[in-house]
Amino acid sequence: MSSVLAAASTIPFSTGTGGFGFPILPAIVVLPAIAAAAVALFVPRHRPDVAKVVGAVISVAVAGLAIAMAVRFRTGTPGYQFGVEHSWISAFGIQWKLGVDGISVFLVTVTAVVFPVAILGAPVTRDPKSYVGWMLLLEAACLGSFLALDVFLFFLFFELTLPPMYMLIGRWGGPKRSYAALKFFLYTFAGSALMLISLLVLAYLHDRTYGHLTFDVIALTTQQHLSTDTGILLFLGFAIAFAVKVPVFPFHTWLPDAQAEASTGGSIVLAAVMFNLGTYGLVRFCLEMFPRAAVALAPLMLTLGAVGIVYGFLVAVVQTDLKRMIAYTLVGDLGVIVVGLFAFTRQGLSGGVYQMVNHGVSMGAMFLLIGVVVDRFGTGDLRRMGGLQSNAPLMAALFMVVTLSVVGVPGLNGFIGEFLLLIGTFVTHRWWAVAATVGVILAALVFLWAYQQIFHGQPKERDRPAMADIGRRELLAVAPLVVLIVILGVYPRPFLDRINPSANRIIAHVSALTNQAEPAVATGARP
Amino acid sequence: MIHTLLLATQVLHAPHVDYVAILPELILIGGALLLMLGSSLSSSRPAPGTWSGFTVVVAAASIGASWYLWDQVSRHGPQETVHNAVAVDGFSTLFLILIGVALLLGSLVADGYLRREGLDGPEFYVLAMLSGAGGMFMSVANDLIVVFLGLETLSIALYVLAGYHTRRKESSEAAIKYFVLGAFSSAIFLYGIALVYGATGSTNLVSIATYLSQNVIVTNGILLAGIAMLIVGLGFKVAAAPFHNWSPDVYQGSPTPVTGYMAAVAKAAGFAGLLRVLFSAFGSMRTDWQPVIVVLAALTLVVGAVGAMVQTDVKRLLAYSSINHAGFVLVGLAAATTAGISGSLYYLFTYTFVVIGSFGVVSVVGRHGDGRHQLEDYRGLARRNPFLAAVFALLLLAQSGVPFTTGFLAKFYVISSAVQARSYPLAILSILTAVVGAYYYLRLIFIMYSSPAGEAEAVAVELMITDVAVSTGAGTTLVEEVDEVVVLAETEAGPPELEVPTSTALVLTLTGLFTVAFGLVPGTIVNFAHQATLLVH
Repeated sequence: MSSVLAAASTIPFSTGTGGFGFPILPAIVVLPAIAAAAVALFVPRHRPDVAKVVGAVISVAVAGLAIAMAVRFRTGTPGYQFGVEHSWISAFGIQWKLGVDGISVFLVTVTAVVFPVAILGAPVTRDPKSYVGWMLLLEAACLGSFLALDVFLFFLFFELTLPPMYMLIGRWGGPKRSYAALKFFLYTFAGSALMLISLLVLAYLHDRTYGHLTFDVIALTTQQHLSTDTGILLFLGFAIAFAVKVPVFPFHTWLPDAQAEASTGGSIVLAAVMFNLGTYGLVRFCLEMFPRAAVALAPLMLTLGAVGIVYGFLVAVVQTDLKRMIAYTLVGDLGVIVVGLFAFTRQGLSGGVYQMVNHGVSMGAMFLLIGVVVDRFGTGDLRRMGGLQSNAPLMAALFMVVTLSVVGVPGLNGFIGEFLLLIGTFVTHRWWAVAATVGVILAALVFLWAYQQIFHGQPKERDRPAMADIGRRELLAVAPLVVLIVILGVYPRPFLDRINPSANRIIAHVSALTNQAEPAVATGARP
Repeated sequence: MIHTLLLATQVLHAPHVDYVAILPELILIGGALLLMLGSSLSSSRPAPGTWSGFTVVVAAASIGASWYLWDQVSRHGPQETVHNAVAVDGFSTLFLILIGVALLLGSLVADGYLRREGLDGPEFYVLAMLSGAGGMFMSVANDLIVVFLGLETLSIALYVLAGYHTRRKESSEAAIKYFVLGAFSSAIFLYGIALVYGATGSTNLVSIATYLSQNVIVTNGILLAGIAMLIVGLGFKVAAAPFHNWSPDVYQGSPTPVTGYMAAVAKAAGFAGLLRVLFSAFGSMRTDWQPVIVVLAALTLVVGAVGAMVQTDVKRLLAYSSINHAGFVLVGLAAATTAGISGSLYYLFTYTFVVIGSFGVVSVVGRHGDGRHQLEDYRGLARRNPFLAAVFALLLLAQSGVPFTTGFLAKFYVISSAVQARSYPLAILSILTAVVGAYYYLRLIFIMYSSPAGEAEAVAVELMITDVAVSTGAGTTLVEEVDEVVVLAETEAGPPELEVPTSTALVLTLTGLFTVAFGLVPGTIVNFAHQATLLVH
C-alpha cells in the first residue's frame, strides 16, 4: 500500500492570470451570472430588446474571453493553468478553486461559443427577457462546472444547470414540454443525489486518512489510500450521475423527450453542452479519481457504451420525428465517446476529448439547422418533409457539411476524433472498436437518410408556399460553428497539442496506479 | 401564624435571578403586558400598523439583548444562572436570536393580513410575543421543568392564535385539534419528566448528566420510559412522524401568518428542547436514544415527502414539506456529533427565513377570506404578480435545495454529518426524499409560471408517474401521445390584481435576499451554527 502512495504524484497547478491582467477564469464564469441577475432585476418586461442586446453582447464577450484563454493556454504542460483559489466555506475546507487543463480547455471554449449561437440564432418571441436570463445563468453554470477544481464547487455548478435547463425546456418547448422538463429534472437530480453521497464519503475518507477535510480535486485525485472495493462504490456513485447526464444506455430515456420538446435554443444547449458535462465528469472524476475502480469496471462501461451505440442508431432509424431521430443518434454518438474513454489508451482518451469538442460544435450547428428546417416545414415529421433543396440551396449545403462532419468524413472535424478514438480503442479492446465502427457506419446511414428526406424529392404538401432559405441571422449564427468544423478537421494540431499532455497525464496516472494491482491492463495502456 | 409563615419564607430561598441572562424573554413579556395594558386603557383606536410596529420594536430589542448575550458568551464562555435552571450559551442564544427574528418577520406579515381580514387588534401581537417568550424559555432551559413551562407558554398562546380567524370554521377546528392533541402531548412530556425525576432524582439537566455519569443503573426501565416520553412530547411539537398527524390540518386551518410563525417558532423551540435534553442530560445514553432518532428521522423524511406529493392545497403541501424538513433536522440530530448538531442548527436557522417568507406569499395569495390555497389558485401567478411569483419560486427552490441558496448548504450540512457518522442509509434516504421534494416544489413553480388555461401540467404529472413506474429503459417513447391544447391565453379572466402590503413585501424581500446572499456567502452562518455547538455542555 505504501508503494502505491508513493506512486501518486501531484498534478501541477499554476496560478496567475497568464498575461491577461485580470483573473480570466472567474471572469468567464461570473460575467454571464452577473448579466443574468442584471437582466432579471433591471430590465423591464416591456423592453425585451434590451435583454436581447445584453444577452448577445455578454455571451459574445464571454466567447471572446474563452477563445483568448484557449489561445494563451500553454502547450506541452499536463497540469492546470490560469488557476485561482480562495477559501470559501472554511468549516468544510471548501474552496473557490478554478483551473483549466487540456481536457477542459476546449470544452470551455465550445460552450462559450455555442451559447451566443443559441441566444442569437434561435431567439424566442415569448417572454424573451426571462429566456435570455435563464440562458445566461445556464451558461455560467456550465462554464463553472468545466472550470471548478473543488468537488463541492463542481457539484454546485453541476446542480445549478438544472433549474435553468428545466425552465428552458418547460417554458419554451413543444406541446409536451412540461412533461419532458420534469422528466429531465428528476432523472438528473436523482442521478446527482448519489454523486453527493459519494463525494461526501470521498472527502471524509480523505479526512480520516490525512487529517484534514478537503474537496480539492487535485488532493482527492492524488490520494490513493482507497481500497478498490470502496473505490468501486464511489466510482458508481459518480458514474451514475454522469451516465444520466451523458446519457449512457440505459439512463437515456429522458433524452429524446427533452431534446424533442425543447425549443431550438434549448436543444442546441442540451446537445452541444449538457452532454459534454457528463462525459467530462466521467474523465475528470471517474477515471482520474478512481483509476483502479475505473479499470475494474471498464468492461461494464464499454459494454454499456457499445449497447448504446447499436441501440441508439437502430432506434434512430425508425423514428419519424426529425428531432427525436437526431436525439437517438446522440445516444449512439455518446456511446462512441464512452467506449473511447474507457479504452485506457492515450489516443482513445484524447480522441474522446476531441470528439466531445466536435460533438459540441457539430451538434450545436445541427440542432440550429434542424430548428430552421422544422420552422420552415411547420412540422418535425420527416414523412411530411421533402424537396427543400430547390428552395433553400444554401441551407442544404450547410446541412450537408454538418452531416458529413457528424458522420466523420475526412477533412472535417469528426474524422480526426473518430480516427484517434477508434485506433486507441482497437489497440486494447478490439471488439468494442468494431462495435464503435459499426456505429459510425450506422450514423452515416441515419444522417444521410434524414438529409434525403428533408432536401431531396418533391415537396409533399404542394399547397405550402415557397419556403425561404436560411435567414441572415441564422447564417450568422451557424457560420462560426461551420468554420470551426473545418478548422478542427484540417488543422487539428493546435488542439491536440493542448489536449494530449493532459490526456497522457491521466493515462499515466491510471497505469501507474494499476500497474501494481492489475498488470494486464497496464500493458495495454502503454501506447 | 404569621411567625410560622415568616419562618417558612426564610427556609424557602428565592434563587438569585440574573435578569440580564433572561433579558430577551423579559423584553417580550414586558412588551406583551405593556401592549395589553396600553390598548385596554386607551379609548381611541391607534393608527393602523401601530401594534405591529410596536411588536417589531420589541422583537428588535429582544434580538439586541440576545446579541449582547451572544457576545458575552463568546467572550466569557457559557454559564448557568437562576439556580442553574437557565443556561446561557451559544446554543441558547442562537435560538433566542432565531425566535426574535421569526417574531419580527411574523408580525410584519401578520399586519397586512389582519388588516385585510378586518381582524386587526392588539391581542394577536400580545399572544405572538408571549409565545415567542415561551419558545425562548424552552431554548434556554437547563431544567426539565423550565422546558415544560416554556413549552406550555408557547403552546397555549399558539392554540389561541390558531383559532384567531374566528369567522373561518377551519380556524376554530385547527385550534381545537391543536389544543386537544397538544395538551395530550404535554401530558406525556410531563409524565416523562416525572419518570426521569424518579429514576435520577433531579430535573436539572446537568444534575441528571452528573448522576448518570456517576452511577451505573442496573435496571433502567423507568429511565428509558421517561426518555421515550420526553422524545414523544417534543417530537409532537416538531411534527416528527409518527407524531405529525395534527400538523397538516392545523397548518391548513390556522390563519396563514400564524402558520408561518408556528412553523418557524414551534419547530425551532421543539428542536431546541429536544437537542438540549438529549445531549445535555442524556449524552451518556446516546446508544439508547440514537436508534430511536434514526427511525424517527427516516419516518419523518418519508412521510413528509410522500405526503406532500399528493396534496392539492398549498398550505397542506407546505405542511408536509415542513415535516420533511423536520426529518432533515433529525438527520443531523441522529448523527449525534458536533457536526450533526451544527448542521441541524444551520438548517433550522435558514429554514426560519424560508418558511416565513413562503407563508408570507401564501397569505397574500389566499386573498380576502384566506381561502384560495388550491394549486390552481397559483396558476399564472407569475403573470398577475411577478414579484410574488419570483420570491416564492426562489424560496421553493431553496427548500428543494438548489445550489447557491441557503437550502442547499443546509441539506448538504446535515447529510454530510450523516455520512461522517457513517450512517449511509439515512444519508441516501434523505437525499432521495430531496429528489421527491424537487418534484412537488417544481410542480408548484411550474404552475405559477404556466399560462392560466389548460390541464397540460396535470396530464404531464400523471404521465410522469406512469412513466417512471413503467419505464425500465426499454421504451422508445412514452405512453401514447396526449392531446394537449396549450392555450397561450393573453387575456386574463382570473381574479383581480393581488395587493401585496408593504410590510409583507418587505419581509419577502428580506427573506429572499437572505436566502440568496447567505447561499452565496454561507461562511458567516456556518460559523455561527458551528460556534453555537461548541458551547453546549
